[in-house]
Amino acid sequence: MTIEIKTATLEPVRNTFAHIERRFGDKPATRYQEATYDVQSEEFFHYRPLWQPEKELNDPSRTAILMADWYDFKDPRQFYYGTYVQSRSKMQEAAENNYAFFEKRNLASHLPDSITEKLIRYLVPLRHLEHGANLNNMYASSYGYGTAITQACLYNGMDRLGIAQYLSRIGLILDGNSGDALAEAKLVWMNESIWQGIRAAAEKMTVTEDWFEVLVAQDVVLDSLMHDLIYNQFDQWLQDNGAQDIGMLTEFMQVWNKDTSRWVDATLKIAAAESDENKALLEKWICEWKGILLEALAPLADDMLGGDALSQAEAALDKRLTKAGLFK
Amino acid sequence: MSKVYIALQDNDESRYIVEAIEEDNPEATIIHMPAMIRIEMEGRLTVNRETVEEKMGRDWDVQELHLNLITLGGNVDEDDDSLSLHWNE
Amino acid sequence: MAKKLNIKDKYRLLTRDLDWEYSYEDRKEAFPFEEFEGIKITDWSKWEDPFRLTMDSYWKYQAEKEKKLYAIFDAFSQNNGHLNVSDPRYVNALKLFLTGVSPLEYQAYQGFAHVGRQFGGVGARVACQMQAIDELRHVQTQIHAMSHYNKFFDGFQDYSHMHDRVWYLSVPKSFFNDARAAGPFEFMVAIGFSFEYVLTNLLFVPFMSGAAHNGDMATVTFGFSAQSDEARHMTLGLEVIKFLLEQHEDNVPIVQKWIDKWFWRGSRLLTIVAMMMDYMLPNKVMSWKEAWEVYFEEAGGALFKDLARYGIKMPKYAETIEKEKEHISHQAWWTFYTHGHAAGFHTWIPTDEELDWLSEKYPDTFDKYYRPRWELAKEMEAKGERFYTKALPQLCTTCQIPMLFTEMDDPTLNSFRDTVHNGERYHFCSDGCKDIFEDEPEKYVQSWLPVHQIFQGNCGGPDVENVLSDFYRMNLGEDNMDMKGSPDEKRWKQWKGVA
Repeated sequence: MTIEIKTATLEPVRNTFAHIERRFGDKPATRYQEATYDVQSEEFFHYRPLWQPEKELNDPSRTAILMADWYDFKDPRQFYYGTYVQSRSKMQEAAENNYAFFEKRNLASHLPDSITEKLIRYLVPLRHLEHGANLNNMYASSYGYGTAITQACLYNGMDRLGIAQYLSRIGLILDGNSGDALAEAKLVWMNESIWQGIRAAAEKMTVTEDWFEVLVAQDVVLDSLMHDLIYNQFDQWLQDNGAQDIGMLTEFMQVWNKDTSRWVDATLKIAAAESDENKALLEKWICEWKGILLEALAPLADDMLGGDALSQAEAALDKRLTKAGLFK
Repeated sequence: MSKVYIALQDNDESRYIVEAIEEDNPEATIIHMPAMIRIEMEGRLTVNRETVEEKMGRDWDVQELHLNLITLGGNVDEDDDSLSLHWNE
Repeated sequence: MAKKLNIKDKYRLLTRDLDWEYSYEDRKEAFPFEEFEGIKITDWSKWEDPFRLTMDSYWKYQAEKEKKLYAIFDAFSQNNGHLNVSDPRYVNALKLFLTGVSPLEYQAYQGFAHVGRQFGGVGARVACQMQAIDELRHVQTQIHAMSHYNKFFDGFQDYSHMHDRVWYLSVPKSFFNDARAAGPFEFMVAIGFSFEYVLTNLLFVPFMSGAAHNGDMATVTFGFSAQSDEARHMTLGLEVIKFLLEQHEDNVPIVQKWIDKWFWRGSRLLTIVAMMMDYMLPNKVMSWKEAWEVYFEEAGGALFKDLARYGIKMPKYAETIEKEKEHISHQAWWTFYTHGHAAGFHTWIPTDEELDWLSEKYPDTFDKYYRPRWELAKEMEAKGERFYTKALPQLCTTCQIPMLFTEMDDPTLNSFRDTVHNGERYHFCSDGCKDIFEDEPEKYVQSWLPVHQIFQGNCGGPDVENVLSDFYRMNLGEDNMDMKGSPDEKRWKQWKGVA
């Protein structure tokens, strides 16, 4: 059956904004397109920044990566603010249910002390590393160019703050809200030898100048390696050792990683495909940071999992890099 | 003494919040404007969670206030049980 | 059973303890901009979090707001909500909003993202980051709200391109460029405190009530929904000031200087809003003067009394600013009316009813100084000689507004100031703007003044028409000129079935 609804039609004068029409043709645009393309101011800035007088306020030369059009960095998730917060709201609702269930059933009390110790030693200190990730993504968001990539970096930066807070809540669940586990994990982060290489690398990222390099070091190299070590391999170890309930508390990070990898992989691929120069530069950065981070992660991987844990993580990273068209 | 103030969107939830504010701050002035409700009071104004919960008949988190808030004037103190505004003079 | 944490302790544990002392790199290199402005921070841990929203709550509440907002946008466009506005003239206020204000929200995002990375204290950083993402929300929801109007009215279509180039849009653009080009603490005093705490109330609250009064549900909704974030931003702005003043007594004169500068610059910027309220809203809510009294004099007065204990005084020129509320909206609309061929929106003579309303609201000034101009304009229009000036206006080097303001003690006399720097003469609209220049001439000599740029041949040409159509990308005969006879007006009559 066909239903015909009769309405007095009003013909629009135009389908979308002129700059969207110039890019995509005269047709109705998506909300992502209207919220993203050409929103950032590009020319005729009035004053040079006092804090960086050699650059304009918005300046593509804050990275050595060159793009003919910075709006090539389309986010495959097509996140603008509204879709971003709605996606994260759903994820946090699930997380909230998990955390509430975990706390209500007092599942932490079923964990053997040896497991609790491992969580404080390996998992909870990651909240500091996530805080570093927050800084690095904010850096890319504020120094990057073009709304397409800078808004995605901002969303990622806020995600990392959220993850740091979830990891902190895991600590509070383990210590009955006393904060002792967080204090202990911070001591581990500050002093234990297994974390010092990682902490040094995290500090180094925050003094690295080129924002695209920071993005590659953090979101590609470090995140790939760390995700595989913690949320794949250590998670498996927890399951094998009767602590599978912890998976309820790290579900958010699992779902998040899948979501964010889509964007990170696309970003890497687009930058590499732009030119041989970009590709060479990305490969150089990746080699350097991979060298630094593999060395930094070795003591942790060894202590936490032993065996070939780190080479497994490295293989996972290499697979991503190949998929992005690098090193071939 | 200067006035602190808070303005809320004029909607159903706000009406309960305004009722609660009126009950806890009898001296407050309520001003209805297009699409918004403005509440002023000299010195200090407090929104109590308990009173709002009583009016709404459900649990209410003080941070939910931000869903309907348009503007405010005064120093803010926010904790689990209330949000209050005041001027130091 | 675990003990219950109160919101403050929980926030401290979840957020404030995330940062750490560096051992392997110089922390100053990671946060390099904290010292060059002369501000002294002795202890970031004294920072009081203005609100304690963790990300999970942020996502939850913001998603709820967005869901409501977009449901209304959808309904608005499905039901052709633009047909419900009081009068098609109203839509021109929205054009000015999208071209002049929304891009500022974007710059606010960029500025807060910058300080949200650069501040050394995690509490301040996180509060700024949340404001950064909120500001991105505002620009995007505004674009989406205007997207429907853009389909049915002229003048919205190239807002981003126009914001970068058009003569009067350099006023808001340079204001935010100025704040972002400054150091992180000045940025916070400029935008976080002066603009957000005092001045945005004047932009959003009366204007959004005006939108409600003129049948524009889309704008009311985004406006009030954005304001619900603004309450957080205001709290942050006030906390920043208190923090700076409490950290070190040497900060007081620096902060005072910034307050003087940014309240003056802000009051100049709001001239556009004054004009929107008094002239562009067909159904009036309150006059600019009334709004100024409620939101600046009353609310701002209470604020400065509160800050007096730190030795902070009312902004310099507060007395001049007080006199200006009687004049600026009239002076600005007259300027746009006479330059209506070069504006990206329509202008018009107020109706007789509106003129009477202005007489009533401005009993001391309107009939004496401004009504006679409109009566003359009416006569000329009746004779078919609608007046447009041929001259390009001279711009103030600091605020970039055409020299349209008068001496406040003699509203028949235009206000001109000038100064010589490195052998060049620079012109200003006021003592306030001149002082700001003289304090930092190296900054303001850089101003990209649109009229200078036209004369220097940097904006195409040779005629003004070419600049407007090619460099600004205005559709001449559609976007500009008088409301009467415009395509906007013709379409409106067609939709409404009136001749």
